[in-house]
Amino acid sequence: MAELQPAGPVGRPVPRVDGVAKVTGAAHYVDDLDLPGAWHGATVRSTVAHGVLDAVDLDPDYDWTDVVVVTAADIAAAGGRNVVTLIEEDQPALVPLGGRVMHVDEAIALVAAPTRARALEARRHVRPRISARPAVLDTDAALRAEVKLYGDDNVFKRFVIRKGHGDDAAFEDAMAGADRIIEGVYPTAAQEQMYIEPQGMAAHWEDGRCFLVGSMQCPYYVHKAMKALLGCDGDGVVVTQAVTGGGFGGKEEYPSMIAAHVALLARKAGRPVKLIYDRGEDIAATTKRHPCVTRHRLGLAADGAIVAIDADVVMDGGAYLTLSPVVLSRGVLHAAGPYRCPVVRIVGRVVATNHPPHGAFRGFGAPQTTFPYERQIDKAARLLGVDPLAYRQRLALRPGDTTATGQELTFSVGSEAVLEAIARAAGPRPARDAVSAGGAPVRRGRGVCFYFHGSGFTGAGEQRIAGRATVALTAAGDVEVRSSSTDIGQGAATIFAQIAGASLGLAPERVRVVDPSTDKVPDSGPTVASRTCMVVGGLVERAARALGTRIAAWAGEHGRGGAPFAEVAAAAAAALGEVAETVQYEPPPGIEWDDATYTGAAYPVFGWAACLVDVAIDLDTCEVTVERCVQAVDVGKAINPMIVKGQIEGGTLQALGWGLLENVLYQDGKVANASMTNCIVPTFADAPDLETVLVEVPYPYGPHGAKGVGEIPMDGPAAAAINAVVDALGVDFDVVPVLPETIAARRDAWDAARRKS
Amino acid sequence: MTATGYVRPASIAEAVAARAAHPDWIVLCGATDLMVEAPLRPAPVGVVDVWALAELCGIAEVDGGAVRIGAATPWRDVVTSPLIAARAPILAAAAREIGALQIQARGTIGGNVGTSSPVGDSLPVLLALDATVELASPRGTRRVPYRDYPTGYRTTALAADELIVAITIPAAHPGARQLWRKVGTRRAQSISKIMAAALLRVEAGRFVEARIGLGAVANRPIRAAGAEAAIVGAPVGEATADAAAAALAAELTPITDVRSTAPYRLATVQQVVRRFVLEASSPSSPD
Repeated sequence: MAELQPAGPVGRPVPRVDGVAKVTGAAHYVDDLDLPGAWHGATVRSTVAHGVLDAVDLDPDYDWTDVVVVTAADIAAAGGRNVVTLIEEDQPALVPLGGRVMHVDEAIALVAAPTRARALEARRHVRPRISARPAVLDTDAALRAEVKLYGDDNVFKRFVIRKGHGDDAAFEDAMAGADRIIEGVYPTAAQEQMYIEPQGMAAHWEDGRCFLVGSMQCPYYVHKAMKALLGCDGDGVVVTQAVTGGGFGGKEEYPSMIAAHVALLARKAGRPVKLIYDRGEDIAATTKRHPCVTRHRLGLAADGAIVAIDADVVMDGGAYLTLSPVVLSRGVLHAAGPYRCPVVRIVGRVVATNHPPHGAFRGFGAPQTTFPYERQIDKAARLLGVDPLAYRQRLALRPGDTTATGQELTFSVGSEAVLEAIARAAGPRPARDAVSAGGAPVRRGRGVCFYFHGSGFTGAGEQRIAGRATVALTAAGDVEVRSSSTDIGQGAATIFAQIAGASLGLAPERVRVVDPSTDKVPDSGPTVASRTCMVVGGLVERAARALGTRIAAWAGEHGRGGAPFAEVAAAAAAALGEVAETVQYEPPPGIEWDDATYTGAAYPVFGWAACLVDVAIDLDTCEVTVERCVQAVDVGKAINPMIVKGQIEGGTLQALGWGLLENVLYQDGKVANASMTNCIVPTFADAPDLETVLVEVPYPYGPHGAKGVGEIPMDGPAAAAINAVVDALGVDFDVVPVLPETIAARRDAWDAARRKS
Repeated sequence: MTATGYVRPASIAEAVAARAAHPDWIVLCGATDLMVEAPLRPAPVGVVDVWALAELCGIAEVDGGAVRIGAATPWRDVVTSPLIAARAPILAAAAREIGALQIQARGTIGGNVGTSSPVGDSLPVLLALDATVELASPRGTRRVPYRDYPTGYRTTALAADELIVAITIPAAHPGARQLWRKVGTRRAQSISKIMAAALLRVEAGRFVEARIGLGAVANRPIRAAGAEAAIVGAPVGEATADAAAAALAAELTPITDVRSTAPYRLATVQQVVRRFVLEASSPSSPD
């Protein structure tokens, strides 16, 4: 076990280092940046879901003076490749002439003009001609593969996980040994991130180098994509994160697309260009959570133990591969849930459709597979007539147990602790029946949910990324943390200041966390996957310690041995100039993963959580009120409890919104409700009092014991809330979202159940 | 959005003259609809801005108990007015649900009536309370019963040279119950899936007066004439509530759109009106 540090700045609710600038308006988001002479860009998009681009016509009657138009031809002409590089290179930055249009709102051409209004006007005079083809608009149609979008079968990626059996026949034998089998089909809907700041980027060129600044999570993703697009080496492009107003995964991969567009516009215009999406364009064109359908079979022994789990997961990847294989991976790795089970088969497929590409969103596939198993476990408890929470306590994975991939859990297993915390917090159930102020009958229900979330990248991902971070004593005597982990509102800069401060014996305000820019910070890996605190925070801690050791050695050599860092730093800096310590990720010992068989340690460690939700349903209108939501989360160590609780509360509300309120509607492949008016997310008026219980079962290889927290609160509350609706009405609801419309459509069924009970 | 013409009249007379001189200009009275739609529509040719016109603002008692509300009166004034609270509490309740405080400070009753959206929050209330719209033009002033004002999807009885000057709510019988319910997409800042407002009066165990205004279930705010007919003259209680709900099924054909579905809208408006009848049937329930 790593030695846990004494108090210092860690474990305290240190105020956010970015807080004052944000609440006073001093923080500059990309659209606030004053770029002298900058033009404004706009994007010409497809209006069809699938087709071939025959031509891009410019209105001959329009005055094109002072307008720059960019098409795919401009990319190759300058020696670049027309790709948005991510895992594969199947997605073009702009559809080329004769190329396939793969989704509505796909980018076809770009314009820039001196004002935004002029750019938007000019955009209307660029007229793509597209020969439409039949579109693939759901996963069943994709799997029939009558229209081929990707390979021969439209399957971007397939994973199979097997535990405790050799082949399908052996699996079915095991399942046949079950006393009873619970089967269900669980569709879950897309979800829009709805970060407060729409996406945007600005670019300018100087001496043949491209400088990009914008709203993003992962500067080095953009950097990599730009090298291919612009045909330059790493020095040819500099990517800087502007103050970013939320991401939730939505600014993981899509900023590379906007960067591509604005870089091309700025090059052709010969001046800075800003490309800022408005809300409608952002909702319509950028990524959302993958819609998913899970078919789940749960085999139970007579005593209620789980004999076998069978999950078949199909996700709609949209038109290009983007991050879908990784999302699917996390989805299937969580699909068996945190439960003891000797025999598990999970098959996952993510398929191509003509929807705009789906992508990263907090939870990253896990919420889609958590909902099914948590409905199944709830059904099992009901069938067995046992308390749903007690049943989960009985089945929960414990130290020494193995997960679906055979990973033995040896440390930082908070499963029992979070369930116990919920049991303690539960309290008596509120009265089942009531009457609203308006006289409507109200029915109440209670639901629980238990889940886990792997911290950091899957399998050998962290070794592959080999993230680096630097802590430096500058020549001026300041301490700087340099990493590419972005603060997107989640508090990364503050906790890095706390961690580095703790290692050096400095107050957090004495530590400067450098704004990420690819010419100033090393590649720490992307700001995703609940890895920033655990993995990069760990690098910051090690780098800070190394810096402290070096300065202490210098102090010893100069007669000041044992003096605190703060007292000798200025003298050391004056004598040595800048002293920088950079460290690289090293995996914890004993973490083995086999990508070919999908077995072994899927994650370095898991976060654990349980949730209890009480709902009240107005039986006139079928509106669901979440009256109470308690979540207990094992975070290893809360570096900053205020920030951790903020993460949990925000993620919980996002999850409750996904479960009960939000609904992205597609019509002929186009988002039909692309506005904040109609693509709704919860407001504070919709938020219950969120109770959060922090559980700390330290991770020995994380900074001060910390592990991931960013995503786990998104995984479970939707299932808990829908379990509560089922508890209230006595009728199963196996879909996300459960809207008032969903409940009203089954009024006859639950009315009958209610009258019986 | 760039309008080429703009005028900000200093009096109703000036406003009426401007309106008559520019019948193709739009009237701005809060701009909370106009600005939402600005990116989606061609810019208006011109704007007659009456939002700050003092003569159009204010809430006053007139004609022995009626309440007259100037067209440019913002929702915040409706929410906080003791007169509205006493005479038309469901109008205050509806106003409280409009947008956020900032929108309530800008948006006006005249704007809501003028836009005449099928989901305009106050409009079912104006139907239930039997309001009158006062219209001015160079030809003079006329008063149109609000139930005749919306004529179709965002079309109204307003002539091209007319200006909405005020809304008048007549005095209700002191024994009448006012009821209102909005079912939105969420609990705040939401557009309605359905809205219902009612004025119901019971004497000696029977309904003697019933006006029901509905929103978001037709192409315009409508009175539920069938349900009203099922209620008036009928005894209090479940049977009448059920009859009203059944009548709604016969007279409504709501649509499915991005905010809700046709079956939900019909079923929910039936449940809500049913509940109104039951609430009004119960002598003990306080207003």
